[in-house]
Amino acid sequence: MHLSRYLRSGGALLASGFASVEAMAGEQTKSMRYNMTEGVTEISQSVYSLHQIILWICVIIGVIVFGAMFYSIFKHRKSKGVKPATFHESVKVEIAWTIVPIIILIGMAVPATSTLRKMEDTSDAELTIKVTGYQWKWRYEYIDYNGRKLDIDYFSNLGTSQRQIHNKEKKSENYLLEVDRPLYIPTGKKVRFLITANDVIHSWWVPAFSVKKDAIPGFINETWTKVDEPGTYRGQCAELCGKDHGFMPVVVKALDTKDFDGWLNTEQEKVAEAKRIEYEAYGRDWPLEELMTEGKKIYDAKCAVCHMPNGEGIPGAFPALKDSAVALGDISKHIDVVVYGVQGTAMQAFKDQLNDIETAAVVTYERNAWGNDTGDAVQPRTVRDHKQQATK
Amino acid sequence: MSAVLDDHHDHHDHHHAPPKGIMRWLLTTNHKDIGAMYLWFSFIMFLTGGFMAMIIRAELFQPGLQIVDPNFFNQMTTVHGLVMVFGAVMPAFTGLANYMIPMMIGAPDMALPRMNNWSFWILPFAFLILISSLFTEGGGPNFGWTFYAPLSTTFGPDSTAMFVFSVHIMGISSIMGAINVVVTIMNMRAPGMSYMKMPLFCWTWLITAFLLIAVMPVLAGAVTMVLTDKYFGTSFFDAAGGGDPVMFQHIFWFFGHPEVYIMILPSFGVISAIIPAFSRKKLFGYASMVYATASIAGLSFLVWSHHMFTTGMPVFGELFFMYMTMMIAVPTGVKVFNWVATMWRGAMTFETPMLFAIGFVILFTIGGFSGLMLAIAPADFQYHDTYFVVAHFHYVLVSGAIFSIMAGAYYWLPKWTGHMYDETLGKWHFWLSTIFVNLLFFPMHFLGLAGMPRRIPDYATQFADVNMIVSIGGFCFGLTQLLFLYIVIKCIKGGEKAPAKPWEGAEGLEWSIPSPAPYHTFEVPPKVS
Amino acid sequence: MTELAQKNKKLVVKLLGCVAFMSLFVVALVPLYNTFCEITGLNGKGTGIVTDDRPSTIDTDRLVTVQFITQVNPGMPWSFEPLESQIKVYPGEIKKVMFRATNMGAKEITGQAIPSVTPGLTATYFKKTECFCFNQQVLKAGESVDMPVAFFVDPELPKEYGTITLSYSLFNVTQAIEQAELASK
Repeated sequence: MHLSRYLRSGGALLASGFASVEAMAGEQTKSMRYNMTEGVTEISQSVYSLHQIILWICVIIGVIVFGAMFYSIFKHRKSKGVKPATFHESVKVEIAWTIVPIIILIGMAVPATSTLRKMEDTSDAELTIKVTGYQWKWRYEYIDYNGRKLDIDYFSNLGTSQRQIHNKEKKSENYLLEVDRPLYIPTGKKVRFLITANDVIHSWWVPAFSVKKDAIPGFINETWTKVDEPGTYRGQCAELCGKDHGFMPVVVKALDTKDFDGWLNTEQEKVAEAKRIEYEAYGRDWPLEELMTEGKKIYDAKCAVCHMPNGEGIPGAFPALKDSAVALGDISKHIDVVVYGVQGTAMQAFKDQLNDIETAAVVTYERNAWGNDTGDAVQPRTVRDHKQQATK
Repeated sequence: MSAVLDDHHDHHDHHHAPPKGIMRWLLTTNHKDIGAMYLWFSFIMFLTGGFMAMIIRAELFQPGLQIVDPNFFNQMTTVHGLVMVFGAVMPAFTGLANYMIPMMIGAPDMALPRMNNWSFWILPFAFLILISSLFTEGGGPNFGWTFYAPLSTTFGPDSTAMFVFSVHIMGISSIMGAINVVVTIMNMRAPGMSYMKMPLFCWTWLITAFLLIAVMPVLAGAVTMVLTDKYFGTSFFDAAGGGDPVMFQHIFWFFGHPEVYIMILPSFGVISAIIPAFSRKKLFGYASMVYATASIAGLSFLVWSHHMFTTGMPVFGELFFMYMTMMIAVPTGVKVFNWVATMWRGAMTFETPMLFAIGFVILFTIGGFSGLMLAIAPADFQYHDTYFVVAHFHYVLVSGAIFSIMAGAYYWLPKWTGHMYDETLGKWHFWLSTIFVNLLFFPMHFLGLAGMPRRIPDYATQFADVNMIVSIGGFCFGLTQLLFLYIVIKCIKGGEKAPAKPWEGAEGLEWSIPSPAPYHTFEVPPKVS
Repeated sequence: MTELAQKNKKLVVKLLGCVAFMSLFVVALVPLYNTFCEITGLNGKGTGIVTDDRPSTIDTDRLVTVQFITQVNPGMPWSFEPLESQIKVYPGEIKKVMFRATNMGAKEITGQAIPSVTPGLTATYFKKTECFCFNQQVLKAGESVDMPVAFFVDPELPKEYGTITLSYSLFNVTQAIEQAELASK
């Protein structure tokens, strides 16, 4: 029944699957590393060496124990005519193989303890960034940079197109590990992350920093890093957070201090510029076509993952917009849902993700696409007025 | 015609003969019938959960989304986990316990035969509910078998109530089964069968049963709180109402970690019966095996937070749980050393049960090593929620628990059916399983270390090659298990007649009765010297 | 046989007792966990109680940075911001900061702010003498209020902590209250 919808056509898949394996080999530009990354921070390097130490201790113990076992398997066979021995107890031996592992474990615990203490010491950070997990994107707010409050606050969405995910387009080099706006941090400075979530639990993970911390709604966690090498570092959400858990990567760009300060300035200029454009937008009447074109782009990027490109949603999980009460009903209610979200559902508040122009466009699109022909062209100033309706 | 059939009397059976047809199985209170039903049920669930694993591996065969959408993928990982844990592994051990414990301790049946019937027959309904939830609008549980709040509460699908209800039934079934095992072992032992003379399988199951009694109510509590949070407006796990989502994880893992040992301790018992039998030498360090099992069980209550290192615990908490978890390596090590010492200077033969037992020792130990690595909190920040963890627990549960169940099945099949299984096919089954289980799970270690998170339906292209190898291993491992089904059916239908004691070195009361074991055994308790 | 049945029955009752005990234990886990968190500061809790203690001394040898961050959860047309994003205080000094909440929606809404402190262990040293988060906030459409938090950092705060972050998550509890009222009727 429903299965048939999901299991499109297994047979066809296998055939096409094998065919595209070869095609894929050409696409692959990156090869996989078969061990944990050493990373680019002091912490990640000590985690790596800790990992190597334990791994080798395990390998050595394994070789000794299995070696003894295989020796026995080959030598002590009935087919070789051996008579079984009768011993079945030895207190001395048993005490020995209780004590020796304890000593080895203490040997492991000592470096582990000191690394752990270092990891949890978040004091004296120069830059503080708040990281908030949303279904299925990250939000970065620059809270404090050497005592200065920054007005930078943006969302970081998956950069890979749906067409690539659905195998309709060649997969890019950083398939699923690319975002529209990465997080920028300066090198050589201690950066502190305050981590929380807006809906369910997520986990912010950058392997190269050896940083993984859960983002928990209503609670705040913290962690830190200090990167010495400029570069781009990629990670993913590491806690099952619903449907698109596999599609919310983390990308961090570490810039040297000069470049970082430059980025900060342009970013702040951009914020001002965006505000100016928004202000101008209030002054004119936007035609339906323009709003629809703009709205489709936004809808496909932000809304289609749940409500589906055809507006039909996923029955029982995400509501349809096609022929829906919200999309055909009161405009003001519709704007309200988009701007502030719906509590207790996966519908999040888009007020911090979409400006008034974008909100107007996407609402217009939802009210006119897929046969929802209301003919409403929702204006940016209507959205502004809606947001301020009560405060006026 | 029926008169002729009714005339047929088993001469061991001085009571009534079992009723015929479906009613025999519905109403049976016989421990062998119930044991057999548990075992068959668990095998059906093993294939069901395995089928879901095939869907998962087919989707992950190559990057991109091909077969299922991400929401259904999440339902598959969730229900695969639940079915395998509560439907395959646990009932298989309960089945072995039902079948073997009375025969091992010289008891005529389980202590509470009618409750035994109930504890089995509610299970199929639990899984019927769980699996049918997949076909409801909005789908079945999609929040992982760990059902972390608020993903399972505020954000869960409408079918969550069905999930909760089915887990309740599974819990009740397990608790009843556990009570039965405890009462049987404590009260029904034959005269002379002191605790320290019991086969180790009885010991490990006794300890497992106490773990079940202790933690299944905790699971029931956790799902009940999820239910009331979702449907009745409480906020145990909802920050808005003063609750705490992290508390859910504490409660869940307080159940969850002992649960892991519930699935592995009976394995230790099976392996401790098989290795001495085929080494023709007594188990080395029986007493220390008992103490090691008990201390693993005790420690399992003190380590739960090692599943939660990344939730932001204070350093002292992380250190405490790290040290406690590392301590578990000590009794586990003792067990492995004892098995090797049992083999040492024995006179070994390598029939299928022994092959599976040796496979268990090696592969379970590999799972133990990765467990030790995961215990190291700073390194766990890198391993946590990656394929490294998936590799770890599948080594412990598939090549650990399930291998031991296979070993036990081959070991006791002659006793159950009265026929020897086909040794050549059994060996094929072992070698194919071992090769493919490693092809399936070993490369997952690399995926995890390279940074592939678990529970994702699609992945970056650099993980493609290894995922393809893993998927091929998975399909082949899955197919190989159909061979096991064939071997078992063949063995039931016929084959070389099995003597009362088909294994030269085997010890225990179960080998003192004829094969197949008569419907009623030890109605007069045997004397144990 | 009846003797055995008796023995079995006794044991079953005991084991059922264990099951009952564990069930009660789960129920008790919830308050136990909360108490444990409040005592130890686990999970950044321990800030839910107003304290009547007043600090005896002011430690002017060091300054502690206290940061304030806020977030508003879905379904809540409110803006909610601290008026100062961070201040420096001497341990033992009582400070008052304000948070401004504005209801931008068209309806009356009840909000509940949930505090969380990081690093978690500092929660027990971060003492509030007054906080809006002890009560729910009811704001009419368009209404704006400045809400106070008065606090001090315990001079006992270990030296290694130089920064404390106080976070408030604001949740819309209007529906929950209505539901509860309906249920009680």
